[in-house]
Amino acid sequence: MNGRKCRGPACSESSRRHFLSHLGGLAALSTPFASFANSLLANAEGLKKRQKSAILLWMGGGPSTMDIWDLKPGQATGGPFKQISTSVDGIAISEHMPMTARQMHHLAIVRSMSTREADHQRGRYYMHTGFVPNPNVEHPGYGSLIAHELADTIESLEIPPFISVGGGSVAPGFLGTTWAPFVVSPQGNVKNLESLVPQERLANRLQMLGAIENRFIGEKRGQLPKDHREIIGKSVQLMTSSQLAAFNVSEEPTSVRERYGETNFGRGCLMARRLVEVGVPFVEVNLGGWDNHSNIFSTLADQKLPDLDRAMSALIEDLADRGVLDNTAVIWMGEFGRTPTINGNGGRDHWARSWSAVVGGAGFSRGAVIGETSLDGREVISEPYSSQDLMASVLKSLDIPLDTTFRSKNGRPMKIANGGQVIPGLCS
Amino acid sequence: MQTVPWKCLTYYSRYTWWVQTGKLFTVLLAVLMVCRCTTLQAEEESTVPQIAFINSQIESVWADAGVEPVERATDLEWCRRVYLDLIGRIPTVDEVLRYKNDHSRDKQSVLVDRLLSDEYVREYAKHWSNVWTTVLIGRDTNNRMIDRSGMRKYLQTAWESNVPYDQFVEELLTATGDNADRSEAVEFNGATNFLSGKLGDGALQATAKTAQIFLGLQVQCTQCHNHPFNSGVKQNQFWELNAFFRQTRALRRFDGGRRVAWVELVDEDFAGQGGDPNEAEIFYELRNGLIKVAYPVFIDGTEISKSGLLPGSLGDGTPYGVHRRRELASLIRSDPLFPKALVNRIWAYFLGYGFTRPIDDFGGHNPPSPPALLDGLAQRFTEYSYDLKSLMRWIVLSKPYGLSSRMTPGSEKDAPDSGEPPYFSRFYIRQMEPEQLYDSLMVATKTNRVEDIERQDRWLSQFVMAFGTDEGDSSTTFNGTIPQILMLFNGDLVQEATSLDRDGFLDQVMVANHKNQDKINALYVASLSRWPSSIELRYANQLLLARQGRVKEALQDIWWALLNSNEFILNH
Repeated sequence: MNGRKCRGPACSESSRRHFLSHLGGLAALSTPFASFANSLLANAEGLKKRQKSAILLWMGGGPSTMDIWDLKPGQATGGPFKQISTSVDGIAISEHMPMTARQMHHLAIVRSMSTREADHQRGRYYMHTGFVPNPNVEHPGYGSLIAHELADTIESLEIPPFISVGGGSVAPGFLGTTWAPFVVSPQGNVKNLESLVPQERLANRLQMLGAIENRFIGEKRGQLPKDHREIIGKSVQLMTSSQLAAFNVSEEPTSVRERYGETNFGRGCLMARRLVEVGVPFVEVNLGGWDNHSNIFSTLADQKLPDLDRAMSALIEDLADRGVLDNTAVIWMGEFGRTPTINGNGGRDHWARSWSAVVGGAGFSRGAVIGETSLDGREVISEPYSSQDLMASVLKSLDIPLDTTFRSKNGRPMKIANGGQVIPGLCS
Repeated sequence: MQTVPWKCLTYYSRYTWWVQTGKLFTVLLAVLMVCRCTTLQAEEESTVPQIAFINSQIESVWADAGVEPVERATDLEWCRRVYLDLIGRIPTVDEVLRYKNDHSRDKQSVLVDRLLSDEYVREYAKHWSNVWTTVLIGRDTNNRMIDRSGMRKYLQTAWESNVPYDQFVEELLTATGDNADRSEAVEFNGATNFLSGKLGDGALQATAKTAQIFLGLQVQCTQCHNHPFNSGVKQNQFWELNAFFRQTRALRRFDGGRRVAWVELVDEDFAGQGGDPNEAEIFYELRNGLIKVAYPVFIDGTEISKSGLLPGSLGDGTPYGVHRRRELASLIRSDPLFPKALVNRIWAYFLGYGFTRPIDDFGGHNPPSPPALLDGLAQRFTEYSYDLKSLMRWIVLSKPYGLSSRMTPGSEKDAPDSGEPPYFSRFYIRQMEPEQLYDSLMVATKTNRVEDIERQDRWLSQFVMAFGTDEGDSSTTFNGTIPQILMLFNGDLVQEATSLDRDGFLDQVMVANHKNQDKINALYVASLSRWPSSIELRYANQLLLARQGRVKEALQDIWWALLNSNEFILNH
């Protein structure tokens, strides 16, 4: 987007309608793209006020939550960081998160996450899906699932319902390619949006393409050829959408960009706010670099936590100020925590048995702490919670019914959030 | 393109005209074609025993599962498929017509032999070098300890000379030297790139990836604890395997600045973490905090010398020391899982699914299906001295590989995408790999840039997403997503492919064909290896009308549509 106000063949609403009239008219000859064109025309009515969204702040690598949200000062396992008080009486977090501490009254910490997957790939899959990896079925992750569940309530969205900023997330699993994350760089560059030819000619081309696509689909070659046609429709929709401006964080005043931090994660959080405001139901923003097997404390204090603190606090504050937070769930987590024991290289290794996740907004309780770990942080001493439970709570906060059951292609029923239970006290 | 027998295209244009205009002719032709197809299909069982073995095994899978195999793929479908899978690109117009006009009974094996011969050896090696680059070092291009072009150079040479697979793996596991081919780096050995980026943190990645790729064992979890569901893999085995890599070091070489210019992989004496090189142990920690000791012991329990010293001899001639990596390579070569892991990988590559899911996770928790076919193929592959070309030949000439990708009611039960075991009763349609698509675009448009590997890497890198872990793992957003569609819609590669420049592909098609229909035929054969249907011709004619007789522009539009179609981008 790089500072340009307008991209794609349809910049103004009038030229957009013009393009669509070409597409609609020609498509009617053959109907390959007719229904798609009609839906475009219907949707051009402008944005409507809308529903729930969620933002996942994904901390790739497994952050050391006992140095951020659940400190153990004075313990051998505690590390050098001090606690500071927050905007909520009785809740203290790391001294390196001062700005987020002032937003604590919007957030809730779950200090009793206890899981079993301490391998990156498995942990990433498990925390995104609520299921452990299974060779015979691929489960959808948060983004695909929530986009899928909320999509019906969004009539005016022209850009993909699941945007992942600066990372890969997990695959859409059995929901299919149409629910795959749309991955953009933190700069908001969406590549190859500009059509090579004018609108009218593009419409001609799409008609020819429709004939080839339909012939191949008609030969009964399974789902992939159909998915391809559907994603072509979504791509054309994207190329012509004025909502693309939401990706363009450079439109924001310098002061706002600086509040989020001129980092990839800062830009990603700012973009998440803008995307949620145009109606995108799910945005995942990735911050990697938490796999701190060595020199963890200087890395956290000098790099990771200042970047996180700045961006996360600005996001929460903005969402609240703009009245969007009540409809937007924010989830902060990684694939697992890190060992209470500090290793020989001044680092912490993978640890899934006791760690913290943080949520806020939508139907979540505000300014709350759920659960407790032992003095040295090695054990959860209250009721432990799993990925499924956290997922059930997130879905509840978005009013997505928990009795939803999916049927995989072979007819096997699969409960949403793998049958997890809403974490008591976490939803208001 | 100059040698294309364009007359043949003209012939087909007339043929299509008949089909369009004469219903009676259509019926007659259909009858004729059915007769011809059935004579072709009624071929006897393969006389190659390995192929006959695959066929009989798969037929019993079909019988046991009660599925009906679909009919065979058409000649041209099969031809396109085998070009894509063996040499990594679709066939050119020349190649399609040559195959089409071959009426011999053994035309399939003739084509396979040709693709595996010296005639195509550079393309064959380039394709498999792409495949193995991804297997060995992934798609992440940001690791300074790895030199991708060095890796590719090695693989290209190895696959051009058809190095037996066991020797190939030994070369990868025992390589020493400089990982990049540059003037300052005198001892270039590209094979070092397999390990050069995996030795950090006590060679954890080297251990995990070696077991995963060459033995089909997932041991990365056992670094910290016994395997949660594969009872065959224990924590001590991870560290005992890890001990084999402790004589190996990756030395960073700089050329003035602070950036790593290249990496030199060397073997050095290992003193052991306890300080006694004759008993060079490593320590690891149990979950409960206890510290344990590990020496090099292979997963089957074979122990080697505990010495950390490289081989040498004392003044009196007494030998001492051991070369741990060489020992490891020879233990891996003789392990029964070694040929199975490769056969599973190659089968999955050609058929879309392996005998296990994922293909690199063997163990009691994940039994192969069907086991006899995996074991039998592994045994035959070993008997054939690990000759990769023989293995590929057996697979692509087998019945399951030759089936159509069209579903029929009888084959619906075969649904591996919904979690059922694959029965291979049809060819499972799939996305081309990004490298296949890149090379196919190059070939379809005669853009002679196939050799520009760095451009290919830059193009691919836009689809690679890193996960931010120390393991450098990544995913690709290439698979049928919006960015991929947008790239083919509007990206520079397709812009080039559809350009009207003089002597460009479309210009050549214009010049070489007189009639519009022949021009359209040429585009279809070049992209989809088939001729257009009458409905498609009608659409093409509408485009000619819309462009008001500017034929070149209309061709450009048709060509764009063909390159963007599901039929082009899918391997079917």
